[in-house]
Amino acid sequence: MQTLKVRIWRGAENGAFQEFEVPRLESQTVLDVVTHVQRKCDPTLAYRFACRVGVCGSCAMTVNGQSRWTCRTHVDKVAENGTVEIAPLRNLPVVRDLVTDMREFFDKWAKARGRFTGSKTRKDDFERVSPESKERKRVDAGIECIGCGVCYSACDVVSWNRDYLGPAALNRAWTLVNDVRDTAQAERLAAVAGDAGCHACHTHTNCTERCPKGLSPTAGIAGLKRAVLSATLSGKI
Amino acid sequence: MSSPGTRAAGMKNDYRARNHPAYWAFIVHRVSGLLLTLFLPLHFWALGQAFHGAAGLDGFLAWTQHPLVKFAETGLVLLLAAHMSGGLRLLLIEFLDWRERQKSLLAVAAGLTLACGLAFLLNLV
Repeated sequence: MQTLKVRIWRGAENGAFQEFEVPRLESQTVLDVVTHVQRKCDPTLAYRFACRVGVCGSCAMTVNGQSRWTCRTHVDKVAENGTVEIAPLRNLPVVRDLVTDMREFFDKWAKARGRFTGSKTRKDDFERVSPESKERKRVDAGIECIGCGVCYSACDVVSWNRDYLGPAALNRAWTLVNDVRDTAQAERLAAVAGDAGCHACHTHTNCTERCPKGLSPTAGIAGLKRAVLSATLSGKI
Repeated sequence: MSSPGTRAAGMKNDYRARNHPAYWAFIVHRVSGLLLTLFLPLHFWALGQAFHGAAGLDGFLAWTQHPLVKFAETGLVLLLAAHMSGGLRLLLIEFLDWRERQKSLLAVAAGLTLACGLAFLLNLV
């Protein structure tokens, strides 16, 4: 039977790669490989997953140096010389093995005012937003984020500036900036305008390259830069 | 719970995460900018020769006609063209809704840089 050599990170930030050999199967995903190791080789291996079909965003890891969702990454696509190296996401504290502490990632969504603020009650009629409007199209382009943390892990600016809000939080803010029902626009733009906000982005596009959903946080961040500039010039923030 | 700024930094990316055209463009922009910054004092020094009379500046300008200096100047033109076209690319990305064209913009910037360098080297301008 054909086998695959797997190097898996063990420990926390201080740790080392441990080598395993697993059976090579057809249509095998990286998550399948990790699951095999945990069930057949070493039950103490810590990793995180839930849906296994690219919806929940919980199984992201670093595979051969690149941040990826592992449930939909085929071994065929990433193996180099019959070897796959699997490590935890970058830029996040490592809890153990392949599990990272995601708190700062999600805390930053809150800091970027990634929460919808409306003015209507359940007694009001639905707001009508045309699917053809410019704003709605911009929301559509960024709304499918699953919060997997791949972009945050891939971003160099996060490594350089620990307070940087990161691509996912800023992408979320951009979708709300384009939500015509939202009433907290000035506060949101002020929240993303600081030193750790949209202007810190260097347009490396690591996030856009790696987003498993094919979103472009870079485009959203560029949009935020324009929105902040315009709000500043018009005295709104 | 500590704030994000004081938490453990986590592991860092290596070159494998950065091996794509837009990152190379960032490197070219940063390196060309730094080298041009290093060149600027020399440029001002050369202009400053005029303060000591025409002969000083003319002498220096005659030296710049040396083939090796001329060749090095092509490098300078390339640096300037790369920094300018890279900067224009960033401005276009940031001020226009052009995200689908980002990679094409990269190719245009690279092409413009090479065209400027070649035009100078072949003495077309």
